[in-house]
Amino acid sequence: MSESLVIVGNGMAAARLVDELARVALGRYAIAVIGDEPRLAYNRVLLSSVLAGETASHEIELRPASWWRDRGVTLKYGCAVSEIDVGRRELKIAGEESVGFSKLVLATGSSPLRLDVPGAGLSGVSSFRDSRDVDLLLALAAAKKRVVVIGGGLLGLEAAYGVAKAGAPVTLLHLMDRLMERQLDAPAAALLKSLVEKKGIDVLLNANTARILGQSRAEAVELADGRQIDADAVIFAAGIRPNVALAKEAGIAVNRGIVVDDRLQTGTDDIFALGECAEHRGICYGLVEPAYEQAKALAQHLAGRSAAYQGSVVATNLKVSGVNVFSAGEFLATDRSEAIVFSDVRRGTYKKLVIENGRLAGAVLVGDTADGRWYLELIRNRENIAGVRRDMMFGRAAASLAAAA
Amino acid sequence: MTSVDPALRAISTTCPYCGVGCGVLATPDGSGAAAISGDPAHPANFGRLCSKGSALGETLGLENRLLYPMIRCSNGAMERIAWTDALDNVAHRLAHIVARDGPGAVAFYLSGQLLTEDYYVANKLMKGFIGSPNVDTNSRLCMASSVAGHRRAFGADTVPGTYEDLDEADLLVLVGSNAAWCHPILFQRMMANKQQRGAQIVVIDPRKTDTAEAADLFLGVKPGTDAALFAGLLVHLAENNVLDCDYIEHHTSGFDEALAHARGLAGGVTATALATGLSEQEVAAFFRLFAATPRVVTLYSQGVNQSAQGTDKVNAILNCHLATGRIGKIGASPFSLTGQPNAMGGREVGGLANQLAAHMNFTPPEIDRVRRFWQAPRIATHEGLKAVQMFEAIGRGEIKALWVMGTNPAVSLPEADAARRALRKLELLVISENVLSNDTVAAGPHVLFPALAWGEKSGTVTNSERRISRQRAFLPVPGEARPDWWIVSEIAKRLGFGAAFDYGSAAAIFREHAALSAFENNGSRDFDIGALSDVSDEAFGALTPMLWPQRAGETGQQRFFAGGEFFTGDRKARFVAPEPPMLRTEIHEGRPLRLNTGRIRDQWHTMTRTGTSARLGSHLPEPFVEVHPDDAARYGLADGSFARITTDHGQCTLKVVVTAKQQRGMLFAPIHWSQANASAARVGALVAPLTDPFSGQPEAKATPASIAPYNYVFRGFALSRKPLSLPDHAWWARAAIGGGLGYLIADNADLKDWSSWLRSVAGDELAEYSDFGDGVYRAASFADGAIETCLFLGPARDAGDWEVAKELFAVAALTDEQRRLLLSGKPVQGLASTGPIVCACFGVGRTTISETIAAGAGSAAEIGARLKAGTNCGSCIPELKRLIAQSGIGHKHGKLAEAS
Repeated sequence: MSESLVIVGNGMAAARLVDELARVALGRYAIAVIGDEPRLAYNRVLLSSVLAGETASHEIELRPASWWRDRGVTLKYGCAVSEIDVGRRELKIAGEESVGFSKLVLATGSSPLRLDVPGAGLSGVSSFRDSRDVDLLLALAAAKKRVVVIGGGLLGLEAAYGVAKAGAPVTLLHLMDRLMERQLDAPAAALLKSLVEKKGIDVLLNANTARILGQSRAEAVELADGRQIDADAVIFAAGIRPNVALAKEAGIAVNRGIVVDDRLQTGTDDIFALGECAEHRGICYGLVEPAYEQAKALAQHLAGRSAAYQGSVVATNLKVSGVNVFSAGEFLATDRSEAIVFSDVRRGTYKKLVIENGRLAGAVLVGDTADGRWYLELIRNRENIAGVRRDMMFGRAAASLAAAA
Repeated sequence: MTSVDPALRAISTTCPYCGVGCGVLATPDGSGAAAISGDPAHPANFGRLCSKGSALGETLGLENRLLYPMIRCSNGAMERIAWTDALDNVAHRLAHIVARDGPGAVAFYLSGQLLTEDYYVANKLMKGFIGSPNVDTNSRLCMASSVAGHRRAFGADTVPGTYEDLDEADLLVLVGSNAAWCHPILFQRMMANKQQRGAQIVVIDPRKTDTAEAADLFLGVKPGTDAALFAGLLVHLAENNVLDCDYIEHHTSGFDEALAHARGLAGGVTATALATGLSEQEVAAFFRLFAATPRVVTLYSQGVNQSAQGTDKVNAILNCHLATGRIGKIGASPFSLTGQPNAMGGREVGGLANQLAAHMNFTPPEIDRVRRFWQAPRIATHEGLKAVQMFEAIGRGEIKALWVMGTNPAVSLPEADAARRALRKLELLVISENVLSNDTVAAGPHVLFPALAWGEKSGTVTNSERRISRQRAFLPVPGEARPDWWIVSEIAKRLGFGAAFDYGSAAAIFREHAALSAFENNGSRDFDIGALSDVSDEAFGALTPMLWPQRAGETGQQRFFAGGEFFTGDRKARFVAPEPPMLRTEIHEGRPLRLNTGRIRDQWHTMTRTGTSARLGSHLPEPFVEVHPDDAARYGLADGSFARITTDHGQCTLKVVVTAKQQRGMLFAPIHWSQANASAARVGALVAPLTDPFSGQPEAKATPASIAPYNYVFRGFALSRKPLSLPDHAWWARAAIGGGLGYLIADNADLKDWSSWLRSVAGDELAEYSDFGDGVYRAASFADGAIETCLFLGPARDAGDWEVAKELFAVAALTDEQRRLLLSGKPVQGLASTGPIVCACFGVGRTTISETIAAGAGSAAEIGARLKAGTNCGSCIPELKRLIAQSGIGHKHGKLAEAS
């Protein structure tokens, strides 16, 4: 009989882990996936597209039910695990029988950070994390409600774009002096601001939310400098927090996230974690790509093969239609590095490549991101770029043309 | 004055460039442009045009045209002024200076580009009525030595032969002439003779030019030794009984002395070889060929004329033709090639300081004759100052007022920086011009008169074979421009000479000019067009090209001197023994090289017209200096790098071209660039102001010079719709490109300075690419979907070329992909670069030609059949052959052909 493997969470990390396991260890485990969202695993990244009306809700499902069935996976969605009993190797589920496991994988993801400001609990204040949030926002947009999005990072921009596209007037508030400051330098952020403003989104920078005004429902947002922005709804999109409560209560070591080693194993034998809930070498990733790389490494390990996850070189891609943004690696030039910069602001293009010791160390692309993958490869491979330096800004095609000439 | 045919049919006129004087058919489009083609009926070119002539249609725009009279205000700025005020001002100031300092304090500096009628009126006013002989012309720099040589030998400035002789000769000897580039249509006639009749071609030149590459025998003489070669030839002819003793006896004098003198100079093959730096075999081959070929034409140009012994060189050549009687006969004559469209017309009116008028000189009977004809009691009675001396007198403050017409002496004179400084000293500098800016216009004129340009003005010109042709107007008069003769006549009226300058048309002036040529002539003077002295306005309008003389009551004289009848007192030609060849200057440790100067194929003079054509600008866009490989190694110069050339007179920084076509010890730099189109390429400023004692022509081809590498960290280019004012620290050269101007740049300043500079000149729709760490900065600004300005700078070793950017610059609306890739400098897919233009006529690039050669085109004719390149003017054929030779394809094909 197969060994029982339970995955808690049915998000993108879980789906990929099942896929990888089916590939490398088919039949070795009896897999159960337990998730609290009441639907099949879907591509969370595409929620903003659903909000924007560019993709239908059912189209973002990662796999059909039959796919899970064919791989012998027991799917329990809409079920919240309430406790891990490490000693008994059991999971307690509210209102259901406990589920035993031989090996456990935590893929509990993360939750939106809600600002601790007065009025944060008012009706009409929500987050942008799952398809339930999307349904709510679509309803607001349909009613042309005034929406304030708090947070000018990836998530906030995508939320604001989605709501604006759905027809609501949107104001985006960002605490910092530039958008996506963790991924973009000043010129890239300035160009991005002008591009999203062209999409009908009002952007306020240096906007420190002091409180949300309203009796029972949110009516306005007040900033620390006293400015007030009318709002029928407020969306928090100012960061995420790994979901670690379950692990912590079970005595599994957590820091910001659930601490894992290079095998993705937590401090407790046979219990693993991956995705946004995990913390590897001090880093909690908020992107899907590291989760997929972790899934691959973990599947190898669970299949009995030696595998080590070394961490991810991440690239950020903003998914806003017509506003392409890519950022990877060390995107700010330092004393030790040099920058190659291309800008054509009127065309909506800004690109910067950061070179360190003859290698590509980082890239920021706005508008023209076609070569983002290539740059990411170069950053990851740490290849010497002397041979392509003259042409790399203009893309892999131009560079290979030059190399051939 | 001028009228334009409203029906817009083709108008036959004459090319404004070199002295070949090709007929041009211009068909105006009614909106300021015109289609240009060769005139099949014109006997100079029979329908062909060279690259420069073919591109005339591209040079008709009114950008940078001077359209209104302008006067210098108290703040130094030039401002528009009404014609009457401008004329009153100039006349008043001229009169004041003459009254105060005498007529010798004023001078005219004229141009071989003026029409004969303009020239005539200016010469008449200054010499006849103001009473100053100080009328000289840029022809002084061009063919004054030929004039002086002709006068010494023939008693008149007579060109004995015609172009037909080039078709009929069995031997063509080109001395100091790169006709392939400078007189392309005549060169093509000579090549046709070679191909069809088997004429042999000998080229004598210190430089292995494109002309030399077509030669059967190339004699790379040491500079300045031509006279020794022809002295040696005279001895050889005498010793081998090739002399025409009958001709010598009846029609010449001085032969024995000349021969004796020649024996002293070069008394045999060995001595000649020693004197000229040639091998004995080369000398012997040339002597044999000349001796054995009665039908020989010796053509000479600037290489002979621009010399402190230019007149002697001319006479050394003439001696050989006189001694063999090979003069004025079909296919046998000496032949001076003139460089300007109306140098000959200027000579005919006497527009040089050592001529009076109509081939009459400053001799008492001739002064008296002209005085009576003009009714000019104050006529000048002695020779005036020749160009170089004239500008020296200006520099010394002796000449106070100068009127420059249609020329750019601040560029073209020797020691040009000194000439430019001299202009600033003038109390009155008046310039009649077409353009708003050139180096002379920048030298502080007090009044600018807007003159009609080619295509607008109407009158006559005379080409190198004494053929008078009409230049006709085919464009409307722009702004308030006026004919030069009208401007001069208006000044004359204001000076109180109205009765003598009451001309209503160019035709009226031509009739007077013709009448003067016949006045008391009776065959005593070569120049006589008396048959035209009563030509009607209609007949003048319809005048077809004709050779002079056109004596009243006589017809049909084509050539001169086959039967003697020279224009000396005894009607005999003179043999003139040349001085021993010796350059005026010596090289020494500090100036170990000699600088030769000249022209390039697709530019003419100071580029004020050719420089506006993109096609012409792309052949050789940068000012350069040619250096022999051994000298390059010795002075540390790499091909394509930069060098600073220094003489005692000035300094230039030029691009280095290392080539074995150049002799060891010699440099060559073209004359065309000026401060208007390059930062450091005023080659005239390098040239020594030493002149021939007879002709006054400067020795422009042998100035002692030194050369040193000059390194630039960055190189690149800018393209712009409008003229740019580049930073002072930059080296630059400007060329016309499709849709605007291109600037080639080299510099050592921080690239970030360039970024600031560009932001200051470009609009705000800017794209930039910077990799400062790798020394690269590129940027472009856009307007209405097209490139407005773009700047590419990169490391000197690898700066890339501008062909791709130029192609995109010419695009009216860039695609997004073109805009994305513009700053890459790489061709957008499907937009392959054709390379630098080789065939300017059809705009065929080097890459295209090389590909065609690689695809099997093994001869210039095959390339022509496929690409049309070389099939019009043919001036790129030498380059086509070089490309074939470099590829090795032609060689292989040749072998195959031999085998089969």
